Amino acid sequence: MADLATRTLPLSGFHGGSGAAALSVASPATRISLRAKPDAVAALSGVLGLLLPTKAKTSASSNGRHALWLGPDEWLIIDENGADLMAAVASSNVLHSATDVSHRNTAIIVKGRGAAVAINGGCPQDLSLAAFPVGACSRTVLAKAEIVLLRTAEDTFRVECWRSFSPYVSTLLAEAAEDAGN
Amino acid sequence: MLLIYCPYCEEERSELEFRQAGDAHIARPTNMTEMTDEEFEAFFFLRDNVKGLTFERWRHLNGCGRFFNAARDTVSDKFLTTYKAGLPRPDLSTLRPATEATVETYEATESNAK
Ligand SMILES: [Zn+2]
Repeated sequence: MADLATRTLPLSGFHGGSGAAALSVASPATRISLRAKPDAVAALSGVLGLLLPTKAKTSASSNGRHALWLGPDEWLIIDENGADLMAAVASSNVLHSATDVSHRNTAIIVKGRGAAVAINGGCPQDLSLAAFPVGACSRTVLAKAEIVLLRTAEDTFRVECWRSFSPYVSTLLAEAAEDAGN
Repeated sequence: MLLIYCPYCEEERSELEFRQAGDAHIARPTNMTEMTDEEFEAFFFLRDNVKGLTFERWRHLNGCGRFFNAARDTVSDKFLTTYKAGLPRPDLSTLRPATEATVETYEATESNAK
């Protein structure tokens, strides 16, 4: 019998925050870190079923799949339905680099009128709707941890972090959510 | 908090997302195997460490991840400009107005101390 790794969701069951900023764990998702030159973007967009964004701090979303611009040749692809993203990009037949980071990352959903305030407790970015509208995304920091932020609604953010940082990120967000009000 | 303009993200971002990465425009020798130890030392280790305008590599580490170059004043910590990796040094005359106000230095403030 094959040895199969047992996958556990970091922060399983975690919830908290405050009335202004509720925290919950995002469902397991598949994720890839994708690198490609400009001439491969069209083909990769085709097999992924969404246009890879080429403008800084923007994302594309469709049916639970998200493509986040992280850098000029780098994207984080998230599929909330657990689709096989590695197989999808492998079928593109164009030069690219893809790494499965499904279990490297986990995500916390921050929701409420104080969501931006809670995240700003540790993140220096301008999260006003003018500077960081719905759909905006960015790799950035939450205090000492690297995170990837995606604004999914005016009052909702998805905070992606590496799984080993998730106890730190969740605790810090819980503290900041209290400060954001009830 | 110091804000640094990333030429790839095309906006100012907090210094907390960046790392300094040494001097810019250091040409890597093409004849490394023929160099003397002294020549290699000069290329690899020796830097000018100027007081004033300097050209540096910076990396938007916790952002887009790209390396870029910056012209920075080491006395005032002011970034005069940033530009994408691979571009030549910008023209200094366009960076600094001829009649720039004196920057406030540690030495200046100390000498004025009452
Ligand atoms: Zn950047």
